[in-house]
Amino acid sequence: MTTDAISTDVVIIGAGPVGLFAVFELGLNDMKCHLIDILDKVGGQCAELYPEKPIYDIPGLPIVTGQELTDALMKQIEPFNPVFHLNQMAESLTKTDDGKWRVTTDAGTIIECTVLVIAAGGGSFVPKKPPIKGIEEYEAKSVFYSVRRMETFRDRHIVISGGGDSALDWTLNLQPLASKLTLIHRRDEFRAAPDSVNKMRELVAAGKIDLKIGQIANLNGAGGQIESVTVKTDSGDMHDIACDALLPFYGLTMKLGPVANFGINLHQNLIPVDTEKFESDVPQIFAIGDINSYPGKLKLILSGFHEAALMAQQAFRYVHPDRKLRFQYTTSSSDLQNKLGVAAE
Amino acid sequence: MKLYVTDLEGVQHEIEAMPNWTVMEIIRDGDQPMRAECGGSCACATCHVYVAQEWLAKLPPMEDEERGTLDGGFEVEPNSRLSCQLIMTPDLDGLKVTLTNDSSN
Repeated sequence: MTTDAISTDVVIIGAGPVGLFAVFELGLNDMKCHLIDILDKVGGQCAELYPEKPIYDIPGLPIVTGQELTDALMKQIEPFNPVFHLNQMAESLTKTDDGKWRVTTDAGTIIECTVLVIAAGGGSFVPKKPPIKGIEEYEAKSVFYSVRRMETFRDRHIVISGGGDSALDWTLNLQPLASKLTLIHRRDEFRAAPDSVNKMRELVAAGKIDLKIGQIANLNGAGGQIESVTVKTDSGDMHDIACDALLPFYGLTMKLGPVANFGINLHQNLIPVDTEKFESDVPQIFAIGDINSYPGKLKLILSGFHEAALMAQQAFRYVHPDRKLRFQYTTSSSDLQNKLGVAAE
Repeated sequence: MKLYVTDLEGVQHEIEAMPNWTVMEIIRDGDQPMRAECGGSCACATCHVYVAQEWLAKLPPMEDEERGTLDGGFEVEPNSRLSCQLIMTPDLDGLKVTLTNDSSN
């Protein structure tokens, strides 16, 4: 196992704005970073929840969208060549014999590091689960929140519920494989790419899929195998729709996830830290951004940036114990300018 | 001003309501469970509440954005609203809302 492990100075869990800026502060102090994020893209909430929404309280940027901020941070940290492990969740944490942290992801990536920085915001983005009684017994057997292999759904009688891009995309992708496909949405309007909506409407008109307006109130089946869903319409009528697979797509929600089992002290699902180093109660594990708590904490991106800068000072002492920490300005230090690739010839 | 919040157990709480605060913020300030994951930017549906029938007509109508975001909610009813989109004003003094699995479970 150990032979497969990647070795680096710092692992950052969470590639949101604060995790990204941490790469900059750590990089200026000669620390290499690997980042892990459960999303398939960087930017965290900025990219997932409000990519198009303007943010007005980033110092020096009177107006910037979530995606623009993400893109700018990616450009800013480019000189430090961070390595991203996207679509992966940091699953377990152990200490090695030589005092390093070994982080393992759900995709089997193993990274050993001197310092662990948790910048996981509100937690991992995971699919929203409908609060339908008994749904747990069907999960991973006949109720799925994502599609890993399309072949799993060949010749099955599928119900997809939801009205966004995921629901529409999978409706279009799975329709050719399915023996029958029913799309259920609570209203006859869809907030998804117009092209997908048009294609879906054409399939409905051609009788290739069914569209049912209503909400799933009940699941019927046995032993984890779904046999039908009960759909409640706006008028209160109940209809059963036969199916052997259900795919609910209602977007993502945030759950703290495995970080809760890392052995770090938590308070109300947040990680208490000191305000000098932003270190947790476990040495060499830091928490920055929305996931930490301390007296006076404000969940602002700018606070996370400040926390990243201070964290990097203490991280340096762990990663480079033999070196003296030197505080420098990017405006005047040719050393820092070299690292940034902007030094004058 | 007061806001009356019924929790998932059916218990009603009287909460001090501040003018121009959103109902989401007031519920949170009143120490009732309120996920509001996106922080009030109408992006997540985790501040979904039911509004008591008698108050529905007094609320500003739902905009397309709120209606669309509500697609990410569950158990949506005709009296469903996103509490981050409801701004407290004097004519809403006494507003009654009920928390949902989306907002508070």
